[in-house]
Amino acid sequence: MSPLPDGTDPVDSAPAESAMESAPADSTAPADLTASGNLRRRAAISRVVDASATASALLAVAVLGVLVFGVVKQGASSLSFDFLTENPPQFGGPGGGIASAIVGTVLIVTLAAMMAVPIGVLAALYLTEFAGRRSGFARVLKMALDLMQGLPTVVVGLFVFGLLVAGHGNSGFAGSVALAIVMLPLIARSSQEVLLLVPHSLREAAEALGVSRWRTVVGVILPAALSGIVTGSILAIARAAGETAPLLFVDSLYTPGVQLNLFGHAVPNIPVMIFTLSEGADPSGVARAWGAALVLLAVILAANIGARVLLARSRRRTMG
Amino acid sequence: MRPSGMRPSDDEPSGESTDQSARRRVRIQTSTPDHRPASPATNGIQPTSGREAVFDITDMSVSYGEKPALAWTTLKIDRNLATAVIGPSGCGKSTFIRSLNRMNDSIPGFKLGGKILYHGQDLYGSAVNRVEVRRRIGMVFQKPNPFPKSIFDNVAWAPRNLGLKADLDARVERALRDAALWDEVKDRLRESALGLSGGQQQRLCIARAIAIEPDVVLLDEPASALDPIATASIEDLISTLKSRYTIVIVTHNMQQAARVADRTAFFSLDSTSSARVGTLIEYGDTDAIFRHPSDPRTRDYVTGRFG
Amino acid sequence: MCALAGALAVLTLVEVAYQLITGASLSVSRFGPAFLVHTGWKPNFGVFGAGTVLYGTAVTALMAMTLATPLGIAIALYLSMLAPRGIRAVVGPLVEMLAAIPSVILGLWGVIVLAPFVQQHVEPGLHRVFGFIPIFGEPQTTGLSLFTAGLILTIMVVPIVASLSRDLFLTVPRDLKEGAEALGATRWEVIRGVVLPTTASGVAAATVLGLGRALGEAIAVAQVIGDGNVIHASLFAPGATLASRIALDFQFVVSKLHTASLFYLAVILLVIGLVTNLIAQAIAGRFDVQRGLVR
Repeated sequence: MSPLPDGTDPVDSAPAESAMESAPADSTAPADLTASGNLRRRAAISRVVDASATASALLAVAVLGVLVFGVVKQGASSLSFDFLTENPPQFGGPGGGIASAIVGTVLIVTLAAMMAVPIGVLAALYLTEFAGRRSGFARVLKMALDLMQGLPTVVVGLFVFGLLVAGHGNSGFAGSVALAIVMLPLIARSSQEVLLLVPHSLREAAEALGVSRWRTVVGVILPAALSGIVTGSILAIARAAGETAPLLFVDSLYTPGVQLNLFGHAVPNIPVMIFTLSEGADPSGVARAWGAALVLLAVILAANIGARVLLARSRRRTMG
Repeated sequence: MRPSGMRPSDDEPSGESTDQSARRRVRIQTSTPDHRPASPATNGIQPTSGREAVFDITDMSVSYGEKPALAWTTLKIDRNLATAVIGPSGCGKSTFIRSLNRMNDSIPGFKLGGKILYHGQDLYGSAVNRVEVRRRIGMVFQKPNPFPKSIFDNVAWAPRNLGLKADLDARVERALRDAALWDEVKDRLRESALGLSGGQQQRLCIARAIAIEPDVVLLDEPASALDPIATASIEDLISTLKSRYTIVIVTHNMQQAARVADRTAFFSLDSTSSARVGTLIEYGDTDAIFRHPSDPRTRDYVTGRFG
Repeated sequence: MCALAGALAVLTLVEVAYQLITGASLSVSRFGPAFLVHTGWKPNFGVFGAGTVLYGTAVTALMAMTLATPLGIAIALYLSMLAPRGIRAVVGPLVEMLAAIPSVILGLWGVIVLAPFVQQHVEPGLHRVFGFIPIFGEPQTTGLSLFTAGLILTIMVVPIVASLSRDLFLTVPRDLKEGAEALGATRWEVIRGVVLPTTASGVAAATVLGLGRALGEAIAVAQVIGDGNVIHASLFAPGATLASRIALDFQFVVSKLHTASLFYLAVILLVIGLVTNLIAQAIAGRFDVQRGLVR
């Protein structure tokens, strides 16, 4: 079937002027449908691109695997019930655990969340529900939140140092403030995203019923966006829980014992502990650092996966 | 119109160049998608002037996963004619035409039954290169989709890819002239294509498609998103294009089909089966389909009784 | 009340700038703008200058961006256009998970696992093959170097670029891609002709956001960069960045001038951070990159 009815061979090249004028397009008629002309080369190039992209993705997954595996392998040997319930030894050396650091991190992060979540959610509500379309302040706020998100965490730590610690000493409270500054823009952004997803029809329906803006927000919009806001906050909190730089300047001079009073006292915390021990030469300290790293990583990854699952579930519900 | 017989007579030799107006019967399926037709009914007469069949489609069916979309369809599409595909919404017209240049391949669950021969080659054969298929069988879509590039670059993009860089300016001009757009854009070739009106954009898409000199141009409701004046310009184009290309055009506008097409295929939802699946009901010369349709469903549709 | 919360956020930002500037005032008044180019850093002698750390910041960030940008875009292309649906749903979150790893853990792994490996296998190899180029000089004893820091930063930046770019590639309208395919283009040609040009400004903004991360990272870099004080041509030498210097020195400051100089570094870092953020917003154009949206 290859030759044309009139006997000419199919030609696949830049057709000349005259060929254009003739009636049927001879140049691309019945050859077989395998790659012709420069397609073989082009297809090969495309395949190379495909392979590179796939290889890159595999590389990323491999690095993640190596990292997680490394932490698990090094940290597992330190893990034990005692490790989680005992305090670090007073002067370093083997034995002990990270209990005080766990307690400290929990306290600091909780206090930080108590500060950041309300402010962040309220700021997001302002931007999505209350601010006028052309409000200058809204634009300033948006920019401020974006810039805050871009602040290097070292800068945040140093800022809180200057604000709360210089002249007063380290404290867990200062650590919470620093972490709250890190959390705030993340919570505001994710809350905004969720609030924007709430269908307009809900707002319009409430307005049509003569309900005040605030009542609408509290009674209709917030409940609809709640699960999204919660998952976004969890992710932001998890992120802040792993941050070291904000705490390094304001809450690193702590004693190994459990410290429950965040105000006026430096509180042991996991990230700074890992950092300090990783720099040190004490091998049991390093082992403790790995154990702490494993605990921290496990909690953060669990929070991430949990938030993701929650998000997927709630998204399925609202999109129906 | 001959009375419908029960005799399948599909023995047309391919590649004839004799120009006889022999009247022939062609087997057309009207069965359900579940089984092959036991008793084929011949509806309508397909005259042929001995043209070469570009597409030789036999028992074609399409399903997406579990859902059947198109039932057993058999027809031949001949060279240098404009063949219209008409029918109510959801009857598989788009599925049909997109299968002709393998644009359905990327849709998850896509499965093709039967055979589509393109100049005698199995379009879905294992050695077939999809990109090559699309180089020869071009497509213009319902909604104009110009690239966010200049007008010139839109038309020149595919030729550049294909290595047809010699006389690129001339090629672009030719394509734009053939698409009846040259005069309107010749002074602003470097401007963005997105600044053109809807009708102009669609003609640009047509120019884009013919710039690489395909064999076939498929048009999937090309004028449905356009106003009447733009539509008219597209229709004029089709009449001139078919001298050089084989045209298959899907349209939900019957009058359009009557105006531009030499042949018309009427698809509809098969109401005899349990599942609602698109089927080819009747196929023949446009004149015959519209003036003397043999199938009552065709008659109902073209006279506007439904659909 | 919401407006008040917003005002608080804005005020905080202003306060940050204020605190840093006042904290640095001693050093600023002492050294002035010459601080930016002076390369000495000897706290015990009152010699301070940002030159070394600016060099280290630039070098590590450049290395990270050179590696991470193509990798990130390639991964994004894979996730948005190549991977089958099932794989996409697994690999995508895995890449994002990489971004969730706390930097201190990355640094710990960097010190204990990566640095020795780099020192034993990577640096000698590179030196052997490319040693004629000054940046691939003699490997040092510990593997704590600008090079290792660059690798760690790459690991941190890749998921940022990849996730943001993937979201951007997914916004390319399907009919544009189909239009390109229908013209007989290979997948790479569709990417090159339609996907990349359409998302170019967004991807550029994502890259700048990744750069911001690389410039501001203190902890992981501090752990692996070796705390060097001198500018070396070789990547394999220890060094310091703005952020790592602040993190490492702060625990052992020797004088008020020392502290003020660290604040001075922080001011520079703040400016850099704000500028990259603003640049990212400016070039994002019609994309809201971090939200993966078209505005």
